[in-house]
Amino acid sequence: MAAARSEPPVTGDPVRFVLGGEVVAVEGVEPTRTVLNYLREDLRRTGTKEGCAEGDCGACTVVVGELAGDRLEFKTVNACIQFVPALDGKALFTVEDLRQASGELHPVQQAMVACHGSQCGFCTPGFVMSLWALYLEHAEQGTRPEEAQVRNALTGNLCRCTGYRPILEAGERMFDLPCAAFDRGALRTQLESLKRATTFVYRHDGHRFFAPGSLAELTELRANHPQATILAGNTDVGLWVTKQLRELPEIIYIGNVAELREIREREGALRIGAGASLNDAYRALAGHYPGLREMWERFASVPIRNAGTMGGNVANGSPIGDSMPALIVLGACVVLTRRTQSRTLPMEDLYVGYMKKAMAADEILEAIEVPLPRCSLAFRTYKVSKRYDSDISAVCAAFALDLDGERIAECRVAFGGMAATPKRASATEAALRGRRWTEETARSAMAALAADYAPLSDMRASAAYRLQTAQNLLYRYFLETRPDNPLPAACVSVFAVA
Amino acid sequence: MNRQAEDFMARHQAQSAAGVAYPHESAHLHVAGEALYVDDIPEIAGTLYAALGLSEKAHALVSSTDFAAVRASPGVVAVLTAADIPGDNDCGPIIHDDPILADGFVQYVGQPMFAVVAESYDAARRAARRAKVAYETLPAILTPQDAKRQQSYVLPPMHLKRGDPAAALAAAPRRMRGEFYVGGQEQFYLEGQISYAVPKEDGCMHVYCSTQHPTEMQHVVAQALGLVANQVTVEMRRMGGGFGGKESQSALFACVAAVAAQRLRRPVKMRLDRDDDFMITGKRHCFHYAYEVGFDEVGLIRAAKIEMVARAGFSADLSGPVATRAVCHFDNTYYLADVDIRALCGKTNTQSNTAFRGFGGPQGAIAIEYIIDNIAREVGRDPLDVRKSNFYGTSERNVTPYGMIVEDNVIHELVAELEASSDYRQRRGEARAFNESSPVLKKGVALTPVKFGISFNVVHYNQAGALVHVYTDGSVLVSHGGTEMGQGLNTKVAQVVAHELGIGLKHVRSTAADTSKVANTSATAASTGSDLNGKAAQDAARQIKARLAQFAAARYGGRAEDAVFAADTVRVGGSTLTFAELVLQAYEARVQLWSDGFYATPKLHWDRQTMNGRPFFYFAYGAAVSEVIVDTLTGESRLLRADLLHDAGDSINPAIDIGQVEGGFIQGMGWLTMEELWWNKDGVLMTHAPSTYKIPAVNDCPMDLRTRLFKNSNVEDTILRSKATGEPPLLLPFSVFFAIRDAIASLGEYRINPPLDAPATGEAILKAINAVRAAA
Repeated sequence: MAAARSEPPVTGDPVRFVLGGEVVAVEGVEPTRTVLNYLREDLRRTGTKEGCAEGDCGACTVVVGELAGDRLEFKTVNACIQFVPALDGKALFTVEDLRQASGELHPVQQAMVACHGSQCGFCTPGFVMSLWALYLEHAEQGTRPEEAQVRNALTGNLCRCTGYRPILEAGERMFDLPCAAFDRGALRTQLESLKRATTFVYRHDGHRFFAPGSLAELTELRANHPQATILAGNTDVGLWVTKQLRELPEIIYIGNVAELREIREREGALRIGAGASLNDAYRALAGHYPGLREMWERFASVPIRNAGTMGGNVANGSPIGDSMPALIVLGACVVLTRRTQSRTLPMEDLYVGYMKKAMAADEILEAIEVPLPRCSLAFRTYKVSKRYDSDISAVCAAFALDLDGERIAECRVAFGGMAATPKRASATEAALRGRRWTEETARSAMAALAADYAPLSDMRASAAYRLQTAQNLLYRYFLETRPDNPLPAACVSVFAVA
Repeated sequence: MNRQAEDFMARHQAQSAAGVAYPHESAHLHVAGEALYVDDIPEIAGTLYAALGLSEKAHALVSSTDFAAVRASPGVVAVLTAADIPGDNDCGPIIHDDPILADGFVQYVGQPMFAVVAESYDAARRAARRAKVAYETLPAILTPQDAKRQQSYVLPPMHLKRGDPAAALAAAPRRMRGEFYVGGQEQFYLEGQISYAVPKEDGCMHVYCSTQHPTEMQHVVAQALGLVANQVTVEMRRMGGGFGGKESQSALFACVAAVAAQRLRRPVKMRLDRDDDFMITGKRHCFHYAYEVGFDEVGLIRAAKIEMVARAGFSADLSGPVATRAVCHFDNTYYLADVDIRALCGKTNTQSNTAFRGFGGPQGAIAIEYIIDNIAREVGRDPLDVRKSNFYGTSERNVTPYGMIVEDNVIHELVAELEASSDYRQRRGEARAFNESSPVLKKGVALTPVKFGISFNVVHYNQAGALVHVYTDGSVLVSHGGTEMGQGLNTKVAQVVAHELGIGLKHVRSTAADTSKVANTSATAASTGSDLNGKAAQDAARQIKARLAQFAAARYGGRAEDAVFAADTVRVGGSTLTFAELVLQAYEARVQLWSDGFYATPKLHWDRQTMNGRPFFYFAYGAAVSEVIVDTLTGESRLLRADLLHDAGDSINPAIDIGQVEGGFIQGMGWLTMEELWWNKDGVLMTHAPSTYKIPAVNDCPMDLRTRLFKNSNVEDTILRSKATGEPPLLLPFSVFFAIRDAIASLGEYRINPPLDAPATGEAILKAINAVRAAA
């Protein structure tokens, strides 16, 4: 590993990435220049569209290719909220790149035409790119996706015209057409050539973008630049720029820090590096906790889960972040690091007030540690929002009881959307702890919930609805986990019904 | 491909381009990212970008403005206010109460007050936020109910009365009264509002505008600039969705771009950020209803009285015609002998509501469906049976409240077919059995019918023009007054032309709508796009064909009327030659190979005062069965299966029509279940982006969706006997809403009417559940 430097070089490098089969070098743009504006305004590659500039509609969906160890990965992201320097060392694919060497449309595109998958056509390039990423994934393995997988791949794309049915059909049909070739070898060589040994520094107009490659470099940079914005998936910081029009003079991008992307089991816990994507983190967690599977599917959309990190969700600390209630009841800890010193804190202690964290300015979140499951544990997490896909919770609930026969030996209950922070329900827990897990206990705990939270009314839900739903989710949890005649999910959740 | 579409294809392929499920004419461009929208047009050097400064108050006098910081912002070229508009500061489509830029007085949060023009889009947006504005706030009206309480209206009330409803109500065996509320809906076209104005010589202006109404844009731009119509050209190749939101409300942005371009003598682009689009532009009107209905023991309606109050917003915009259509659709498929309908357009300090697919029709029709749903539970019959009892007859009970005879009624056959094909009765029974044994989740099933009137309520809008050019190589270009927003209008019109000339669709190209080619066009709205422009293009093609036939007969013998144009060839007097050969020969013989075409819809008349006449050329019909499941703990719901059967007449393109039916269904379902507009107490719309305003996403499309077109041929002489399919399918998802109500009603043994408002969000459903449980 390269030694950490105390100061980066005076002159920065251009951003280098693969586009249209060539390595391109970009300089002279703001570090916060979005990939979408770069494509549309600078290159006049106008196939990629802006529908919302906040990563919610998917009209700007592009695919980023990168080497993850030996593996070549292709992931959809929202170009509208990604910054150009974050592309350094990667490959960018847009809808203009799909046409085959023969001039023919790609099977994804042919299928969309044949199935009448476009009407106004404005969202179409985004859908095409999401389907293309799915196509690449399966073409490599020689498999075909289930309908649910096609649906999942499209959760980040809104269409206002078709009602989606023909697009879903295209997602099946594309595999019936002659397979399109894709030269992975050439791309791999190009990406290898773009690897950097040390921190990438991009400068423009007095603004700096640092992309360290190692944890040591990162902590050193952080110590020297405590005011810099830490950037991971850009799914929130991107909106500071596109919607709040904020200027970010110094950015430390952690996406290239190998250690932070690691997910591993260690000493009875799953350690999730702060830079691991939401998708990778949820995949690993759901492997141990199947109760997280629905949350995984419903956490934002595929492009957001590809770009965003669980570390970002936790470090951001929004009261409506969907990961925290579950992580808190599972007893997760955060690992906070400054220079070479690390400390571990129970996650619930990280949140001290609305968007306030018990974290020093020069500290970074290095990892999240989640204890591995115990057999006595009954864990569930529930999300209630206006829409199934890609919505923000009105109420997010998580419950974890350790049952000793019919008795509740230990319990943890936490909610999102009910207070200024993700918060445990102490009165509710007190009403559960040590009791027999019966209807009566459930009812008394539901009553106790009213003492734990005084939720707000806003555009997502009224206070009254939030409280009643929170109480009723506790009842749903009881029905699912009671010792006597527990009900399967399909009896208590409309989304589990076949 | 849908099996029915395949059948159509097989049947028609041999002889005609019409009736075939061709892909959208731009599909190959859409999927390649090569279809150009206004923001994709290569920019002319020197192009500037405009952004708007918006009111932060719902109702206020502007006491002072300070633009020093705006002007000093990097890249700023100009700041424009109302005083900089050389002509009229108005862009209202009917009534002149819509300022382009507010002039000292603001009427909603989000109202544009000034425009910044800068060297980049980003610079303009940044600068626009630097203005210092002081306000003197005034009391604001934020709901239609408040507007009614304060008698605050943008237009006089409308009233339609037939028979003696008061006496009939008094005499009815049973009576019921109640209230109901249906929320509004943001169009959420994926492409936001945009205009690109390019100054031309001699003071002229060319505007590329994402609009459903190029001619109106031409007029408002001319008025704002102090020009006449022949100095302004508006061009529109395609929109990334319109749904009504770009009928009148593209005007403000076209005017700002044009005013800036004229003043600065440089091209100016005005593109809205999504949040600004939400904050500035109007949406579907929300409606509040108070009704009273008299009925008998089997649920037959004896009299109905309803007052509807719509949220018009701060100005009239299209609220008048929207309310008229609501009044004319309160009957839906039902005969109402004695009826009293009042409609009020409440003036509120919110965005000025406007057209949105259905245009008041859905809001009118859902009220009677709600009433019938209630009656069914009151009399203890299946709602479908009560619906059938009240259906319009074919030879009697067939006159609408506004005096039009329903001559094309197919609702009996259509509903019977769907009832059978969807296994409605059996599935209703199964849902009830499920509910008896399911403690938390409850299922509901509902069938709802649709009858939707086709034509503009304003008679003179029902006209269209087209221009067809046949070039000497046999290729054909068609221009018409309609605009392509994804609905497939250009595809259908090209199919009509190809059908008339007996040539393959590949020889016909549709072009951008352009006010310099086809003048005085109507908005592409009211579902009339294909009906009007298809007929106009057919007229043009037939004139060319007649000249060609005459020429061919003269040259090859035989009679002109016996000439057969089919499969790219022309057969006449025993000779056969290709279409292209004939065209070239005709050109050399100096035959005119292009023609205009015109169409005016027949039979229409309407008296605005008495609200009587024949506002519609014909009706389109449909019906849907939806099966839902509801969580009684959280109010969450999910659509499990939907069966749609829709009347597209003799479809010109079944794939496009099925696309309209399914797309309309899901969009309407969004309106009625999840799309919620929420203003805070200060009148700030808080659901102003897709992060907070949720339109249906992929998993909202049910796993089981069965869509079919009803075999029917239009009894009226419409274009190839087809029917309009733009708006009517938006009413099909009433079945989702009433299936949810059915599920909730299971908690009260199906005897208590759940007080469910729309949108039926989890919260609205849980509230209704609480009410039913409290009453049970």
